[in-house]
Amino acid sequence: MRTFKLIGLIALLIVTIAFPQVFSNPATTTVAVFTLLYATATTAWNIFSGYTGYIALGHAAYFGVGAYAMAIMCQDWHVPAGYSPFLLLPLAGLIAALIAIPLGWISLRTRKHTFVVITIAMFFIMQLMAYNLRSITNGSTGLSLPIPSEWGGYFFNVPFYYTTLVMLLLALGVSWWVRNSKFGLGLLAIRDDEDRALGLGVRTSSSKLIVFVISAFFVGMVGALHAYFVGSIFPAFAFDPLFDVALALMTFLGGLGTLSGPILGALILEPAQQYFSLQFSQHGYYQIIYGILFLAIILLLPEGIIPTLSKYWLKWKAAHDGTKNAPALAEVIGQENLIPAKSSGTKDGVNP
Amino acid sequence: MQLIVNGIITGILTGGVYALMASGLTLIFGVMDIINVGQGALVILGAYLSYVLQQKFNIDLFLGLLITMPIMFLFGVLLEWAFIRPLKRDRTILSILVTFAIALIIEGGLGLAFTTNIVKLQAPYVDTSFQIGDFYLAHIYVYGFILSMVLLGGLYVLLYRTKFGYSLRASMQDRTAAQLIGIDVERVSAITFGVGVALAAAGGMVYGATNAFNPNSHYDLISRLLVIIIFGGMGSLRGALIASLGMLVIEDVTALAWSPVWATTVFFTLLVVVLVVRPRGLFGQIEGRKQ
Repeated sequence: MRTFKLIGLIALLIVTIAFPQVFSNPATTTVAVFTLLYATATTAWNIFSGYTGYIALGHAAYFGVGAYAMAIMCQDWHVPAGYSPFLLLPLAGLIAALIAIPLGWISLRTRKHTFVVITIAMFFIMQLMAYNLRSITNGSTGLSLPIPSEWGGYFFNVPFYYTTLVMLLLALGVSWWVRNSKFGLGLLAIRDDEDRALGLGVRTSSSKLIVFVISAFFVGMVGALHAYFVGSIFPAFAFDPLFDVALALMTFLGGLGTLSGPILGALILEPAQQYFSLQFSQHGYYQIIYGILFLAIILLLPEGIIPTLSKYWLKWKAAHDGTKNAPALAEVIGQENLIPAKSSGTKDGVNP
Repeated sequence: MQLIVNGIITGILTGGVYALMASGLTLIFGVMDIINVGQGALVILGAYLSYVLQQKFNIDLFLGLLITMPIMFLFGVLLEWAFIRPLKRDRTILSILVTFAIALIIEGGLGLAFTTNIVKLQAPYVDTSFQIGDFYLAHIYVYGFILSMVLLGGLYVLLYRTKFGYSLRASMQDRTAAQLIGIDVERVSAITFGVGVALAAAGGMVYGATNAFNPNSHYDLISRLLVIIIFGGMGSLRGALIASLGMLVIEDVTALAWSPVWATTVFFTLLVVVLVVRPRGLFGQIEGRKQ
């Protein structure tokens, strides 16, 4: 089983690496770059929200901070177009992480419900700042970034593609490490019952803040690369409420708190979103279709694809094992819902 | 000095209208534990309904509320039944996503029907004004404030003087216990949602008469409404009222005495300060272990 998994993962990696060589059409690779960017962002978002159960709906703030940090650094330091802006990515992520420390500290003083609303409010504050701090952000006119014009034609997307892929693998590595470490176990304990976790000696406050900052770091890098890829930024685009909700929606579609769920969600939804915005760019239709898609996903697949599939897989396996205790096992699985993303929705007395 | 007094007066008058919209939001949160981020879009929808009634049928804005509020009440009940009730797990977060999707659909639909051109509700009392010293105050601000106070008074009577109000407040305190003593919590939830949406429609009419709006205006509105209900403490009606008045007074005073650009920022900064000292807002309950 392990070797199967390993071979599968390596094959998947090879396919991802070979993708821009096989499908070199710029229209296709552009969608691929956006998809990988969103996959990175959802993975990073899931490191915080998926593992701790605290749903943050303000990560577009860190996306925007990263984007603006990138644009301002390129502008002030006269960074030439080409490969050198890629080197600034960690710095842009770091700036986003630095901003996330005070914001995270303030918002994490509250519990789950209020936390969600406060993150939304924080996001709007940051958006307002982008409009108002004209001396830094140039107000609603926005900033432009250097455009690597020597990469014209088919090659243009390729450096972006591989840089994003590296970022995704890094984020995935961190996510995997968190999931399998004692630290991550503490986070899952917070998700299931925060007070009990605190009583058992989990340093809840610092753990939550640390993962919050980690996820802001990656989202900031995504924002920076997104800005460089698109070439110009302005407040409404860098601080987009749709981005916040898209991260949550993609993660929910794939499976909250699972390793591969967020990526799967991004793989399905981001190309769909790109397609819809191309096909129905006329105002109105796009929002309606996206909204209906939203409702359909949430009402039909609230648990997410990966948890649903793994539940069926465990049931199927238990039923076909042929051992004498198989039915009992299937029953246990049916009852206990033995999936990694078992959510804590009932812990708040919401739906007892 | 004159400027500050003017700011306080307009702040209180517009604050009353925001209190109307925010009370719907905080009531829904208190009873159902869900956050209706579609409230802004519903306000805009209400404003457009008044706009249609006035443009097509020549019905007065305030009289039109007798038609729009029941329609929006039924719409709210329908939304609750169709999209909120089916959510069984992770209600809070899924409800945010669902109501955001509803907001998107409303925004898109309004964009199709009315385009994104900016409109403003017109009526005789929108353009006429009182004169106080050398400061002019449009009639609509005063009428809108009176309307808000009447509706909030009605809400108070509904909550504290009727049997339904008892059921609602019981559901707010403890959903499970309310169910155990025989309260039909689902029915209470549906009606609460409807009331919240109807209040949004009334607020939308006044908003549309005092501000130019288009289908995208709801982002601006919902950000303010969310800030108001956090500031006042989630689920607290009194908090929502005081926070709306406070927010709009601070905003209008800053706008007149300093600069309109920084008006909202000052309030947001105040919010952050309050959250550092008092994470549950001014009148919020301590959120703790509720099992």
